[in-house]
Amino acid sequence: MSAVTTLAGMGDRAVLAADPLLRGDIDLGIVGIVVLKVVVAFALLLVSVMLMIWFERKLVADMHNRIGPAVAGPFGILQTLADGIKLFFKEDLIPDRSDRAVFKLAPYLSLVPAFLVFAIVPIGGDFSGDGTVTWFGERTYLQVADPPVGVLFFLALSSIAVYGVMLAGWSSGSKYPLLGSVRASAQMISYEAALGLAIATVFLTSGSLSTHDIVATQVEGNWNVLATGVVPFLVFLVAGTAELNRPPFDLVEAEQELVGGFHTEYSSLRFALFFLAEFMNVITMSAIAVTLFLGGPSGPILTDTLGWVWPILWFSVKVFAFLFGFVWLRATLPRFRYDQLMDLGWKVLIPLSLGWFLLIAAMRVADAEGWPVAPVVVVGLAGMTLGAVLLSGAVAKARAERLADLDATEGVDA
Amino acid sequence: MSDFLRSWLVLVVFGGLAVLLVSAFLGLGSLLRPSRDTPQKSINYESGVDPQGDMWAQSNIRYYVFALMFVLFDVEAVFIFPWATRLEVYDVFGLVEMAIFIFILALGLFYAWRKRLLRWV
Repeated sequence: MSAVTTLAGMGDRAVLAADPLLRGDIDLGIVGIVVLKVVVAFALLLVSVMLMIWFERKLVADMHNRIGPAVAGPFGILQTLADGIKLFFKEDLIPDRSDRAVFKLAPYLSLVPAFLVFAIVPIGGDFSGDGTVTWFGERTYLQVADPPVGVLFFLALSSIAVYGVMLAGWSSGSKYPLLGSVRASAQMISYEAALGLAIATVFLTSGSLSTHDIVATQVEGNWNVLATGVVPFLVFLVAGTAELNRPPFDLVEAEQELVGGFHTEYSSLRFALFFLAEFMNVITMSAIAVTLFLGGPSGPILTDTLGWVWPILWFSVKVFAFLFGFVWLRATLPRFRYDQLMDLGWKVLIPLSLGWFLLIAAMRVADAEGWPVAPVVVVGLAGMTLGAVLLSGAVAKARAERLADLDATEGVDA
Repeated sequence: MSDFLRSWLVLVVFGGLAVLLVSAFLGLGSLLRPSRDTPQKSINYESGVDPQGDMWAQSNIRYYVFALMFVLFDVEAVFIFPWATRLEVYDVFGLVEMAIFIFILALGLFYAWRKRLLRWV
């Protein structure tokens, strides 16, 4: 018995074991399927990034009452490709004062984690069954790999992506990139704490850190967004947007203050790689959000023939909704101020997600013990509200005292 | 190799291919692009004027405080995640223990708050 199935046997809930494709003996056909999945994942990511950049520009243009890209291809759909090819032919400049080795390493650190996250996302598979599809006579999951601690892997990679941004700015040996990168690292690690705590609530309902198992516990519309009471989902969305450095949290590359932020000194293809990584992260973050909270590819399978297409379709629709949302946010909201950003992360999102985590845990334990759930929830919510009121009262009082002190010392009338 | 490690092996191969792909992009670019370097091109960008002062500036201590707090919460996650997956096994005992743990942690956060470390001036 392998380690995974032993672990699965320990739990009281049915936890599915690893990808059936990789169980037992490995022959050439299985290696072929793995290679096929890897190639498909790469192609899918690159094509969807290309379309995403076009979609964002087109949609923002529409919301601004502009035309947007319209020349390259029908509806300008090949604009991204044209831009990419152009950047291949641009001269690559490395500043004199830069740390050359780190300067060249940084795009790798940014882009490779962006690729890797997509590997753990289940993009299809019939989850009313065991979530597998049959390809060439072999049962397999529609994800490149299903490590037993998949979500932890995602969190680890988003931490590594911080290095990409931080080292890019630092190694440029220039002021604006350095400022952009220290901002970026402080922002990304602050929101990563909130992100991790929001995800912890999902583990309470799924009982597993594997992305496949998390989707498998959300079948038949029993999505985590409701099972965890919406709040962790909202925290995840806000923290995820901040983690992506997307508007309204794009202080990392606030053009009016920092020129281009951490990639000011980058040109040519290296700049394109940062851009690619940024949009790839938007897509993978949407895919992770769908996996954790919206049931991944689960949805009704309406036809028997070509039944495996439906889950992929549902997954795409859900991811697309997120992508639309990200673009909409960009077109709508003005940028946060840095102190507001930090306040939101540390003083709102982290206490809120900690409290909510305990509330959901208490609710589930009460449910398992056979206690009435409603009083537990009411008491928990009352406690959280009381805490929030006390806290905001204390903050307001401290603020009033501080302002009074200021008035006294500066001699301004209150 | 055990079944347990096979999915990680696939991920390692996937990551290796990603590195190769990025290298291939950069290699192709270096074949295609011109290289007519002049000293002016290698000067740092500072909105068009000549760069002033030392580029390797020191950054503010505030950033490190946040980094330290992040480590605190990340280590906390290491304890919370395994417990969260086995919630029903540890039952009421586990819940009370976790409540105490999170309470102490929240105290730390509020202490930093009270000491005005979270204020960004």
